[in-house]
Amino acid sequence: MTNASNRQAGALSYRQAFMLTLKRDLIIAFRHKDEMINPLLFFIIVITLFPLGIGPQPNTLAKIAPGIIWVSALLATLLSLDRLFKADHSDGSLEQMLISPQPLFIFTLAKICAHWLLTGLPLILIAPLLAVLLHLPEQSYSALMLTLLLGTPVLSFIGAIGAALTVGIKKGGVLLSLIVLPLYIPVLIFATSAIDTASLSLPYNGQLAIIAALFFGSLTLAPFAVGAALKVSTN
Amino acid sequence: MWKWLHPYANPEVSYHFTEKIKPWFGLASIVLLSTGLVWALLFAPADYQQGDSFRIFYVHVPSAILSMSLYVAMAIAALSSLVWQVKLADASAAALAPIGAVFTAIALLTGAAWGKPMWGTWWVWDARLTSELILLFLYLGVIALHNAFDDKQMAGKAAGILSLVGVINIPIIKYSVEWWNTLHQGATVSKLGMPAMAPEMYWPFLLCFFGFGCLAGYIACIRFQTEVLSRNKMRPWVRTLVTGDDNAPHLATNKQANAGGN
Repeated sequence: MTNASNRQAGALSYRQAFMLTLKRDLIIAFRHKDEMINPLLFFIIVITLFPLGIGPQPNTLAKIAPGIIWVSALLATLLSLDRLFKADHSDGSLEQMLISPQPLFIFTLAKICAHWLLTGLPLILIAPLLAVLLHLPEQSYSALMLTLLLGTPVLSFIGAIGAALTVGIKKGGVLLSLIVLPLYIPVLIFATSAIDTASLSLPYNGQLAIIAALFFGSLTLAPFAVGAALKVSTN
Repeated sequence: MWKWLHPYANPEVSYHFTEKIKPWFGLASIVLLSTGLVWALLFAPADYQQGDSFRIFYVHVPSAILSMSLYVAMAIAALSSLVWQVKLADASAAALAPIGAVFTAIALLTGAAWGKPMWGTWWVWDARLTSELILLFLYLGVIALHNAFDDKQMAGKAAGILSLVGVINIPIIKYSVEWWNTLHQGATVSKLGMPAMAPEMYWPFLLCFFGFGCLAGYIACIRFQTEVLSRNKMRPWVRTLVTGDDNAPHLATNKQANAGGN
């Protein structure tokens, strides 16, 4: 069947449904640029608070830099999660997705991918600059980038479960962090351990493999959990 | 087996069944805990390395095992509520969560009290300790999510999904002492094979363990009954139960609703 006849029959292929949802979310985000930039600014500001609070000695900063960057990344992701399904829930488009013939998996996957493109990717792009400011040793840069590249999607996937569970609750923000932060701890532990190991010029394949396993596990399982949670929240 | 279980899907039948087994759990826990704890704390021999401070083991290990088992039980209840739509399973998951949270807290606190004389510190960021702390946070998240909804049915489903996601933490806690070389000692008691301890220390442990288990069962019965009552408070059988009046006028009019179960 061609695309045209598909469209005529009112049925989208899975790929089309995925791309349309992704594009729609990106367009909406680009029209509200402040919402997109605020988590990134939050990330940068939190990181600048640490040298001011702890003291500007390069040795101290280099030692705690992986932890600071990763904790700030967790908090910045958390800040942006609240609006992942909120607008769609309030204007009813979430219900349209739930009753559409395409599997819910496709829509949730597309929405989570859009969320990562809008929050995870900017963090990764700005991270090397902040690592320089924190005097991170040169040999851990690749580890930092690789852990962020594999780890931030995991944050989006797991966070989406929490966002979907709390979307029906009026003041779900604090509850969201209570639910999601404990589930983020494994990523944090292995990512910072990988960067620490890299700063000693030791191989960090093991930690990276575990983060990759978390990535593939959450990629395949989280959209199902998000779909189930959305069905509960919209009743 | 389904035929045998089917009547218990009715809240009224379940309530009365729980009422029947509750005193047995209570009695068993009193007997087991009073003998087990007295034996463990007064008569069991002191450990050759750790001396008398080893006795905290008899509270610490049962509560640690129960903290994980209760989470698994809660997750199984949540799964059966989500997959097979067993409505009472929601009530039992809601009943189990706070009990599990309290046992997790007991395990953490007694662990800290044991760590001070043995390791010289109240707390270390060791894999076993950290993952147990995460378990406490997971329990608190499930309870908080449960309380955040006005609609009990939605609350049960949402908390059920969260508890299923959190199951990933259970094998991490279980195998943390084997996967990571950490300060926390390895498993002393294993289900299969001989325990790595003397029998005169092992028997009081078994008594304590089953005693705490029965205590958890007893509290779970009470909480389950409360949940059932609060979810069915508009049902005639609950009204009859509370007022003790069999001939209440609403009984005849609501007979059909009662027959429908749930």
